[in-house]
Amino acid sequence: MSRLLFEQGAPGRRGFRFPICDVPEIALEDALPPESLRREAAPLPELSELEVIRHYVRLSRRNYAVDVGIYPLGSCTMKYNPKVDEEAADLTGFRRLHPYQPDETVQGALELMYHLERFLCEIAGLARASLSPAAGAHGELLGLMLIRAHHAARGEGDRSEILIPDSAHGTNPASAAMCGYRVVEIPSDSRGGMDLEEVKRRVGPKTAGLMLTNPNTLGLFDERIAEIAQVVHEAGGLLYYDGANANAILGISRPGDMGFDIVHFNLHKTFATPHGGGGPGAGPVAVSEELARFLPVPTVERLPDGTFYLERERPEAVGRIRSFYGNFGVLVRAYAYIRAHGPEGLRKVSEHAVLHANYLMRRLAPYFELPYQRRCMHEFVLSGKRQKERGVRTADIAKRLLDYGIHAPTVYFPLIVEEAIMIEPTETEPLEALEALAEAMIAIAREVETHPDTVKSAPHETPVGRLDETRAARHPVLRWTPKEQNAAAST
Amino acid sequence: MLRTIGVASVEELFCDIPEELRFKGRLDLPPGLSEPELLAHLRELAGKNRHLDQLVCFAGGGAYDHVIPSAVRTVISRSEFYTSYTPYQAEITQGVLQSIFEFQTLICQLTGLDVANASMYDGASACAEGLIMACAHTGKARVLVAQSIHPEYRLVAETYLRHQGIAVDIVPCAQGVVDLAALAERLGTDVAGLLVQHPNFFGHLEPVREAAQAVHAAGGLFVVAVDPISLGILEPPGAYGADIAAGEGQALGNPLSFGGPYLGFLSAKEELVRKMPGRIVGETVDAQGRRGYVLTLQAREQHIRRHRATSNICTNQALNALAASAYLALLGKEGFREAAYLSFQKAHYLEARLRELSGKPGGLSRRWDLPFFKEFVIQSAVPAGELQRRLIARGFLAGPSFSQVGLEPDNALLVCATEARSRAEIDGFVEAVKASLTE
Repeated sequence: MSRLLFEQGAPGRRGFRFPICDVPEIALEDALPPESLRREAAPLPELSELEVIRHYVRLSRRNYAVDVGIYPLGSCTMKYNPKVDEEAADLTGFRRLHPYQPDETVQGALELMYHLERFLCEIAGLARASLSPAAGAHGELLGLMLIRAHHAARGEGDRSEILIPDSAHGTNPASAAMCGYRVVEIPSDSRGGMDLEEVKRRVGPKTAGLMLTNPNTLGLFDERIAEIAQVVHEAGGLLYYDGANANAILGISRPGDMGFDIVHFNLHKTFATPHGGGGPGAGPVAVSEELARFLPVPTVERLPDGTFYLERERPEAVGRIRSFYGNFGVLVRAYAYIRAHGPEGLRKVSEHAVLHANYLMRRLAPYFELPYQRRCMHEFVLSGKRQKERGVRTADIAKRLLDYGIHAPTVYFPLIVEEAIMIEPTETEPLEALEALAEAMIAIAREVETHPDTVKSAPHETPVGRLDETRAARHPVLRWTPKEQNAAAST
Repeated sequence: MLRTIGVASVEELFCDIPEELRFKGRLDLPPGLSEPELLAHLRELAGKNRHLDQLVCFAGGGAYDHVIPSAVRTVISRSEFYTSYTPYQAEITQGVLQSIFEFQTLICQLTGLDVANASMYDGASACAEGLIMACAHTGKARVLVAQSIHPEYRLVAETYLRHQGIAVDIVPCAQGVVDLAALAERLGTDVAGLLVQHPNFFGHLEPVREAAQAVHAAGGLFVVAVDPISLGILEPPGAYGADIAAGEGQALGNPLSFGGPYLGFLSAKEELVRKMPGRIVGETVDAQGRRGYVLTLQAREQHIRRHRATSNICTNQALNALAASAYLALLGKEGFREAAYLSFQKAHYLEARLRELSGKPGGLSRRWDLPFFKEFVIQSAVPAGELQRRLIARGFLAGPSFSQVGLEPDNALLVCATEARSRAEIDGFVEAVKASLTE
């Protein structure tokens, strides 16, 4: 068991000292209303610097990461994060910039943002982009606001429905609802694509747009995307591209050319910025020429003399979705990644990502159910149906993989595949790592046949065993409280 | 690998992409760079900026130059943390999960509220989501927002809420703080919540108790946006009746980084927890009774609830939250109080020194003479943008000017002093202001 910060240290201990006050001091009460002041100091822990460092190093050793091993989480694109990108974001000339510095003192930062926007537009096949969104879901929300702005400007503000396939990420319907839209779910066809007939049946004057990931969450490229786009456009709707799976198509196919009007990229997936244990990411949104006028404030523009500036006055903008200009430090890393790779390098990224996924799929197909017998793109979905018949669930297989020292794939997603196991190996893993994953999965498939109980009770080798999630949800303990309060609460 | 797959070339793997949708050319991007070339290029770009080791920072407005202990960087540079994903497999990500549980606890210790989530994108979106929570809890669709909050937070709240059909009414500010009479006029039983920033955008303390009582009497929730550093000396929101406290956590150990990545924090009373957006970590046990942490109450979230989720947020700002936790742990109880106390002292010394210039050429004065924490508004005969430029020429950064954030008048400028400023720097700044006003 790892002790919490609050269970360590001793009164009076501290890990940092400020210089003594070098200005004449005044009493707080002389400048502030007494009732506005804290009566007691915030009950923060009291530790030395060494204790804090040991605490976090101890925690870090109880944590899996890309730098520790292969991380085949489908739809999450857990590729290696080049260290030079970290150094780039850490340059004093980027790290020590205040967001309200006048434009002339931040020309390098604005130049970087200006070019990153254009790089992303080129990769997307679209015209302009906003770098403001802090995450993919944030980008989705913005994209839907843009859809509404487009229709409102044409006097069709009553379009109220967004079409979303049943294989979509949960953020898609959640974003649509958060933007005030009604979600119309479209089933998938037998090849794993969107059911075109159903799209035709459901589009109409109420359709505001369609959100689609392509390749979709099954790792399959929707071959009929051009037809789907046509149907939606003819009905007056717009097409939104969820870029979560863009790692499969860099320089190979462009969403704008497929007919999409709006695209978001996850810089923390496709462009190798680290996930940070859940964030920060960035979810820039690229749009067609027609929609550019609705992009939120601010944008970076360039004057004829080559000077860059922040444009804060955009009369038709949907508004503002974040303070300042987005996750700038993440943008620096993505810019560095694109500059390092260049056009050929980016294409190779996708080629290798797709090669690795197809290789693993072939290696595992004899041992697990493969619901869609097709070439996959950068990821693929297996079903644990065969194992389920032996009483072993996909969750058990995932937990058993942890015993082999490997992070589990995404499981139970997409929802349309029974006992889904979604594997995305990424392009950065060496063949040996792919093999280790394949061997572990195969060994587990054998264990399911020979001693299923070992799998069902996994994991056995991790710092803690399978945790009681029901208890956590039924009796939520969401913060630490001192012992005496605990005792009082339970009586 | 190709042989195992059964294809002759990588090209064949893309056979599902129709020919007409294949991108035929070469992306129009600059050619790839080696690592030394890349670093040289980025150093050149970075070198075109004037950073805060070159300009002494007296700027505020929601992004602050507080001291960051060296050990914070050591913590967040552990690649076991920063190259990890959201902790979906709890057994092998106890490190991140425990650190989030600790973050939630630390935020509650600051705000005096019961629950906090794992982080939001920034202060602005945290405030917007706080208002959405208020609507979800009360079942009402109208909120009030004080005009004295950060103008960008107001714009973000308006942008978010408009699309959900929630009406946002602005409560005007009188003389630098929210106008309580105007608040009373706008309050009604249809109001889900009121958002006030304390200290507000201008640095002033707001009449939070009165505002809380007023909105509660009308049946709405009180949402307050706070500067976390101020909580070293100011009453915690839980003590003056806040139901939800949100804010920007950058000041807690995160570099300015031209506006991001930062972190929003969101905390609330216990009864609101199931309306909270975002990830929440809870404590539990494994089969052997060992303590552990898991993502919990996930029935609120998009990956389970889809279009019925409390929010669409998925990726958050976990690493920035880790920096905030490490910062708070390092400063500890006394150090955290000192960060606030010293910021207060430096800012008040700055204000007293600037006061010496009033009545002199240049027409410098404070815009409002009100109690403040670490920043305040000055005005002069010189347009604020111009004053800002003259100060930069002398090596100092102040701001934002009101026009940078869409406010009037254009001769008003925010100035801020944190504990990071020395007396010599403050004296130098005052001299620079004096010289700039008479230039």
